[in-house]
Formats: sequence, C-alpha cells, structure tokens
Amino acid sequence: MADKKQNCSLLTLFLTLFKIGAFTFGGGYAMIPLIQREVVEDKKWLSNDEFVDIIALVQTAPGAVAINTAVFLGYRLRKLKGALVAVIGVALPSFLIILLIASVFISFETNPIVQKALMGIRPAIVSLLVYTIYHLGKRVIKKVKEIALFGLSFFGILMFNIHPIIVLITAGLIGYFTYEDIENIEVNDP
Amino acid sequence: MKLLYLFISFFKIGLFSFGGGYAMIPLIQKEIIATHQWLSPNEFVDIIAIAEMTPGPIAINSATFVGYKIAGFLGSFVATTAVILPSFLIVLALATLVVKTQNNSIQQKIFKGIRPAVLALISVAAVYVAQTIHIDYKMGLIFIISLASLFNKRVHPIIVIIGSGILGVFLL
Repeated sequence: MADKKQNCSLLTLFLTLFKIGAFTFGGGYAMIPLIQREVVEDKKWLSNDEFVDIIALVQTAPGAVAINTAVFLGYRLRKLKGALVAVIGVALPSFLIILLIASVFISFETNPIVQKALMGIRPAIVSLLVYTIYHLGKRVIKKVKEIALFGLSFFGILMFNIHPIIVLITAGLIGYFTYEDIENIEVNDP
Repeated sequence: MKLLYLFISFFKIGLFSFGGGYAMIPLIQKEIIATHQWLSPNEFVDIIAIAEMTPGPIAINSATFVGYKIAGFLGSFVATTAVILPSFLIVLALATLVVKTQNNSIQQKIFKGIRPAVLALISVAAVYVAQTIHIDYKMGLIFIISLASLFNKRVHPIIVIIGSGILGVFLL
C-alpha cells in the first residue's frame, strides 16, 4: 500500500478532488461514483474495501459526506498536508460557483436551459449510483449473510426511517459477533 | 463583529449537521432566518434551489452565499471556512485513530458487517434521487444511455454527467 501512497503528489491530489468537487451534482451520495472511479479505479489510491470503509467511518462525523471523505482520503495519502489540500480542492468549485452566482448571475435558477440540463442529469446520477452499487457489491456481497445485512439495512432506512448511523452501528456489531477471526488481513484488490 | 457572528453561526451548523445534505437544512434555517435574520425565507428557498443546481454540498453552498450577502467576499470566505472546520477537525481525529489501529482483527470484523450496510445507504440514495424524477420515456432513455455507456464502454462519470445534461437541453 505504501508505494501507492507515495505516488500521489499534492498537486494530483488537489486536481483530483477539484474535479470531484466540480461534478458532484445532487449532493451527498451522488459524489460516491465519481470518487470511486477517480480514487479507486483510475488512481488506485485505495482498494474498494478501504473506500467503502471510509464512507462508513465519515458518517460518524458531522458535515457533508464529500468534505469528510476528502479529509479522510487526504490524510490517508499525505497526512495533514494531504487533508488540507484535499478539503480545499473539493470545496473550491462550489465556493467559486456560488460566489459567481451570488455576485453576477442572480436569475441563474430560473434559466430554462439550466433547468433542462439539470433535469437531464438526474437520471444519469441514478445510473451512476446503480453502476457503483453493482461494482462495489461484487466485492462486498459474498454470502447470504451480506445479502441479509444489505436487505435489512436497505429496508430499515427506506421503510422504517431508521437513522443511517444506527444502521451502520448495528451492522458493525453484527459483524463483530458473527464473523470469525481473520488471521491474515485479506488482500482485497488486485 | 459581523464576521465573528458569521463564523460562530456556521461553525455551529458544521458541528451539528449529522447526516449531511438535506439533514442540514433545518439547522441552517434556524441560524440564518430565525436567529440572525440574515436572509428572508424566500431568499433561503432560492439558495436551496441554487444548491440543488450547482455542484457541492448544500452546507458549503449556503455558507458561501450567505457570507457573500452579509459581508462580501471576506464574509463568504469566513462562513465557508467555519462550516468546514468542525468536520475537518473531527474527521482528522478519526483518521489518526483508524490509521493507527488498522490491522486489527476486531476492526476487520466490524467493517465486514458495515460494508453491506454502506451499500444499502448508497442504494437508498439512488431511490431518493429516482423519486425526484418525473418518469417518462425521455428520462428513461437518458437513464438507459447513461447506464449502458458506464457498463459497456467504461465512459468516465464526468462525461456521462455532461452528456446527460446536453441530452436534457435537447430532449426535455
């Protein structure tokens, strides 16, 4: 793992997070496909499992998922400097765009072309999420137990409005009590 | 003084907004409209609309917007920094902790349980976004084209986003 991390210059980290920040329409989880593609598949800074773990971990902190993931990722790769560079990179696009809108384009949100483009993006975001779920699911879901954990969590949140943090903690406890000790840490990704 | 209040308000919003995204709206509303009257309710609704239409988390978007309205560029900088700072510090602490205890078996077992639940969270997000779509054949077409290009040609997500936006302008 160490060799991967050394490959990552602060500039690359900044540019990657800037790109992610500039294209995360829909907020929150909509940025997960983009981060997964950039950070796991293209740059190989993290394995799929590590990526999923980070998403789980940052749920326990307040704030936006995108920001928290950036801070954690930056720290993983380049410690404090990395965390700073990553958070500035991911926040800068929204900062600049809103500044522009607040100062110049007052009627931005009523522009019909903008509205149509944004409506068109929505089904694409759903397809991105479906693709990511499929991709991560191939690695995460291995046996009946994972299917059950997935199903219970999904319907727990969707039908019974259980808070995501409660779901994650419960799933973690179930994992702790039902999985056998792992002697050697698995090599997760090729 | 204005800048100090801005900082404190947005630091508070950043500190107590668990769950991200729309979970933050009530808190932002309370601080900005009820407590400080920095914006009218109508302006606040506009911000939410703008936040939906621009990339990035709604907390950052509203911090930048409100900061700019209250105290210009400096205000937007102070508010945005303040709203990020709590998560930055807390996640940093979390990251130090986890990196130190990385290869321990207890942590591995807990995460094995958590991973399917994270997938469920992402799936719920997909359902929520899908629910905001008025489904017709045009939307279905954009969905299928996006999905097919992701699966078959491994097109980059950014291209998919831009392409679907362009399709939206011409089709809808």
